[in-house]
Amino acid sequence: MTVLEIENLKVSYSNHTALENINFKINEGEYVCLVGENGSGKSTLVKTIVGLLKADEGKINLNISLDEVAYLSQTNLKDLEFPATSKEIIMSGVQKHKKLPFYTKKDKKDYEEIIKKLKIEDIQNRRIGDLSGGQKQRVLIARALIRNPKLLILDEPTTGLDYNITKELYRILENLNRENKMTIILATHDIDEITENKPRIIYLAKTIKYDGSLEGWKGF
Amino acid sequence: MNEIINILSYTFMQRAVICGIAISFSAALIGVILTLKNYSMIGHGLGEVGFAAISLAIALNLPPISISIPIVIIAAIIIMLISQKKGESADIIIALVATGALAIGVIITTATSGFSTDSYNYMFGSILAMTQRDVFLSIGITIVSIIMYIIFYNRLFLITFDEKYAKATGINVTFYQFLIALITALVVVVGMRMMGTMLISSLIVFPAIIAKKFTTSFKGLVIMSVITSIICFMIGIFTSFFLNMPTGAGIVLVYIILLVISSICSKLAKI
Repeated sequence: MTVLEIENLKVSYSNHTALENINFKINEGEYVCLVGENGSGKSTLVKTIVGLLKADEGKINLNISLDEVAYLSQTNLKDLEFPATSKEIIMSGVQKHKKLPFYTKKDKKDYEEIIKKLKIEDIQNRRIGDLSGGQKQRVLIARALIRNPKLLILDEPTTGLDYNITKELYRILENLNRENKMTIILATHDIDEITENKPRIIYLAKTIKYDGSLEGWKGF
Repeated sequence: MNEIINILSYTFMQRAVICGIAISFSAALIGVILTLKNYSMIGHGLGEVGFAAISLAIALNLPPISISIPIVIIAAIIIMLISQKKGESADIIIALVATGALAIGVIITTATSGFSTDSYNYMFGSILAMTQRDVFLSIGITIVSIIMYIIFYNRLFLITFDEKYAKATGINVTFYQFLIALITALVVVVGMRMMGTMLISSLIVFPAIIAKKFTTSFKGLVIMSVITSIICFMIGIFTSFFLNMPTGAGIVLVYIILLVISSICSKLAKI
């Protein structure tokens, strides 16, 4: 089943064309890495897919409900004293756009399972600003996963994180893709640690320069 | 203590206390979101708009509240809309709207009745002169804002913490911006009678700023802001009554003292 189909996409802002002639399909269970140098349009593409940016031309056909999509961006918390605990942030992930925002018993059960799975029980009542970069990112992964998504879209989630945390994050994503058959789109400039699941590589430089297996990709 | 009980036997004082608690409650709730979203000055801006609306109402000999409610709501929506769509800083838009509204208010007032007791009361508050109609209006609007806040509490948290994430999950963020603008406008309009157009923003900003020093959760901040707001109002109203000070200014003074004490305590706790 095709989860996402993009046809002739063109996106520009401030009189600058960021992306053009973008065409690809993503099937259920695929692990896709969007790679490219800074300014190549990776983040623009991800933001356009999730609706944060508007396309000038072309179509984005999402064949699943928005409630089945989860989005994870860089951890860029500006106010370190923002009063929000890990639990409050993770629980907020269950909210669906067409439903009243009340949490059910099932949501609370899912929460318990996810914090156990990601080993963050001990930080659930701590303020987000007091956590390390790796802990913050795990909290945001938990917020994405509590939606039980079919498609997980990540926009440079390892920016600012150290080597070990990056490796840990990739291990979590690979498990989700392998064990839960979750479709993953990962915008990243660093794919050295992704080898296990042999992802599909889409190399962007304003347009698609390469779309194929990791083995066949010759680098930037 | 006996003196407090004595003054509470006066009808005007009972009305003032009931209205004050109701307004302090709703102002603290909305203040949590506005301060965390860097919209702290919106209360001040809308207060100035309220002044212009009241000047217009007095000039046209119409009931001030019925004129100020729609005008302040429209101004709140315009501020939210421009800062959302045009990406302008909220502070700039609020400053433009506030100074523009104040200028219009002054022109209307000086061109008509001049600065009467009515306009003075609305500028600096006159909680002790509240009528039974003001009590019903304050309580009604407070109940509406509290119900909206409770229903959408989790959504308001999500939008306050991470608006981009909320948008990416399909949530209609603009609708909730309007909801926040609506609740703020209602709180400002009923709060103007108590605090005055010049001081109403203090009721919105101070409780959340003080409470933020002592809490690590959003829920904790909401609860602590409400408690702080009501306590400061009670201390402020009785202090101002006994010291013969304007009530609005008295409440702000209590907030300032509490903010200084809480800042010192919070710094000491970190040592």
